[in-house]
Amino acid sequence: MKRFIFLLCLFLPALSWAQLTIQIQKGADKPLSVAIVPLAWNGPSLPEDIASIVGSDLKRSGQFAPLPSGNMLSMPHEASEVVYRDWRALNVDWLVVGKIVPMQNGYTVQYELFDVINQRQVMLDREVGYNDSLRDVAHAISDKVYEKITGIRGIFSLKLLYVSALRDAQGQNTYRLMLSDADGAREQILRTQREPLMTPNWAPDGETIVYVSFETRRPAIYMENLRTRARQQLTNFPGINSSPTFSPDGRKLALVLSKDGNTEIYVMDVATRELTRLTNQIGIDTEPAWTTDGRSILFTSDRGGKPQIYKVSATGGNADRLTFDGTYNARPRAMPDGSGFVYVHRESGDFHIVLQDTKRGVTRPLTQASLDESPSVAPNSAMLIYATLYGGRGILAAVSVDAGSRYLMPSRFGDVREPAWSPFVDRR
Amino acid sequence: MTYKNLGLSLGVVLAMALAGCSSNKAADSANQNGANSGLGSNSSSTFDPSANGNGSNLAQNGRIVYFGYDQATLSSDGQSVLDSNISALKSGSQHIRLEGHADERGTREYNLALGERRANAVLQYLVANGVSKARIETISYGKERPADVGHDESAWSKNRRVEIVLN
Repeated sequence: MKRFIFLLCLFLPALSWAQLTIQIQKGADKPLSVAIVPLAWNGPSLPEDIASIVGSDLKRSGQFAPLPSGNMLSMPHEASEVVYRDWRALNVDWLVVGKIVPMQNGYTVQYELFDVINQRQVMLDREVGYNDSLRDVAHAISDKVYEKITGIRGIFSLKLLYVSALRDAQGQNTYRLMLSDADGAREQILRTQREPLMTPNWAPDGETIVYVSFETRRPAIYMENLRTRARQQLTNFPGINSSPTFSPDGRKLALVLSKDGNTEIYVMDVATRELTRLTNQIGIDTEPAWTTDGRSILFTSDRGGKPQIYKVSATGGNADRLTFDGTYNARPRAMPDGSGFVYVHRESGDFHIVLQDTKRGVTRPLTQASLDESPSVAPNSAMLIYATLYGGRGILAAVSVDAGSRYLMPSRFGDVREPAWSPFVDRR
Repeated sequence: MTYKNLGLSLGVVLAMALAGCSSNKAADSANQNGANSGLGSNSSSTFDPSANGNGSNLAQNGRIVYFGYDQATLSSDGQSVLDSNISALKSGSQHIRLEGHADERGTREYNLALGERRANAVLQYLVANGVSKARIETISYGKERPADVGHDESAWSKNRRVEIVLN
C-alpha cells in the first residue's frame, strides 16, 4: 500500500495543471536578433520542440528577439549548410543550428552557434537527453548559447519554488508548495494543505529546501530533500518560527524565532542544530538574508520605530543601518555578485522593489506596481523574480536588474507568491 | 462579493456558535451569507475546533479585536471589546488561543511579526485584567489568512485583527 501511494505521488506531477503562464511585458530596447533553426530529426515526432523552447528562453531574457521559423530563407543543420547571406539579409546577429541523433533509449543533440556578422562558428557542443528530459536539453542549450553571447551564465535550467494559495467557494484555503522549471513548465506539487506555507528557500546543493509550515496549527521550520523526499522538522518553538535561509556554504541557517519574547534572528548550525542568537532588541528583527561572502546577514528591523534594513556580522555584534530613505524598507536579498541588495520599499503607500547598488552608491526602483514583494535574485545577478498583485490576484513577475525587460507569470488558479530561484550547482 | 463575505462568515459563524446570538454589524452581514454557506462547511474547518464547543459566554462581538494600519496597540474600541468579555474569559477553563493577523500591505515576514505583536497586546491586556496567562497561547498568521480577500481599505481594516479562539 505504501508503495502504491509512493508511486501515485510520482505520477501526480504529470497530472498537474500547467499553472504558470508567461506574458512578456517588455524587452530590451535593442534586442539581439537570433535565429534558432528547427533541429534536424528523422523519426516519429518528439514530445518537445527543442528549438522552440530555446527561442522562448532567449526571448524571456528580454535580450533576444528570435526569428520566427516561417521567415527563415534556409534551414541549415550543420556548418557546411550555413549560407551567411541568408541570415544577414534578415538582419540576424546569431544563428543556432543542430540535429538530433537517436541513440539507445535517447538522443544526442548536436548544435552549433554562429556569429553571423563575423561569419564564424563560435560554439559546437552536444547534449544528451531522453524522452522525459528533452526540456532539460533545451534549457541547457539556452544556457550555453546565452552565456557564449552575453558572457553571463544562463539561468534557464534553474528551478523555481513558490507558494500557491487557493480559496474555494466556502472560503477554505488550500496552500501548496510548488516546484517548476524557470519558465513555469513541469510544475510539481510538493505539498498540499489547509494551513499556510511560507518562505521556501534552497540550500546551495540545489536539492535541499527549507520552508515554514503551519500544518500543526503552529508555525514550524522544515527541511526537505527533494530527491529522497526525506523531511525533518528543524524548529517548533513557541511563537514565530520563520524565514529560514541557508548560508552560502550550506552549513548554517539564519532563521527567526520569538521564543525569547520578541522576534529575533538566530543562526542554526545545520549539523548540530545549535542555535546562536544574533540580535537582541525590543523591536522586530526579521527577514534575514546572507551576503554572498557568508560573513554578514542583512535583515529588517523596526528598532528605530519603522522597518529599515540593517546588516550584522554572522557571528553577532552591532548592526549597521543601511536604508534611510522612506519609512518602510524591508525583506532584503543580497546580490550574488556582491554589487548591493534588493528590498521592498514603500513609496506613497505603494510597495516597490528597489536595488541599492552599493558599489555605485545609487538606489533605483526596479518595479512599479502597488504591492511588489518577496524578491529573489537569480544566481547570475541579472534577473530577479518577485510576487506582485495583478488584476486583483497574486502573480509572479520577473525583471532584469537593469529594469530593461520584464515578464509576468500569472497562475491559472488562485494566488502565487514567494518565488525562490534555485542556486547554480557547479557542473564544471 | 461572495468570496469576501464567505471569508468573513467563516470566522463569524464561530462567534455566533460561541455567543449563541448575534447583534453586531460584522456578524449580521456575515450571517446573511452564512445562511448560504451553511454551518456545515464551517464545522469542517480545521481552525475552529471550538465551533461545537461547550457553552462559552463570550459576548456577541467578543471574538475579534481590530487594529489600525501598522499599529499593534489596542484602540479604545479594542479595549471595550475585551472588557465586555473579561469576566467570561476569566471564569472559563478553556484554552484561549489568540490569533494575530495583518493586512496585505507590507512584507510577509514583517507582517508575521506584526501579527504576533497584536496578539501579544491582547494577551497583555487579558493578563493584566486577571485572565490566567497559562491558559493563553498566541500565534501569528501574518497576512496569510485574510478574513477579507479584497484589496482596499474595507478589506484591510477587517484583516488587521486578533481572533480569540477557545478550545
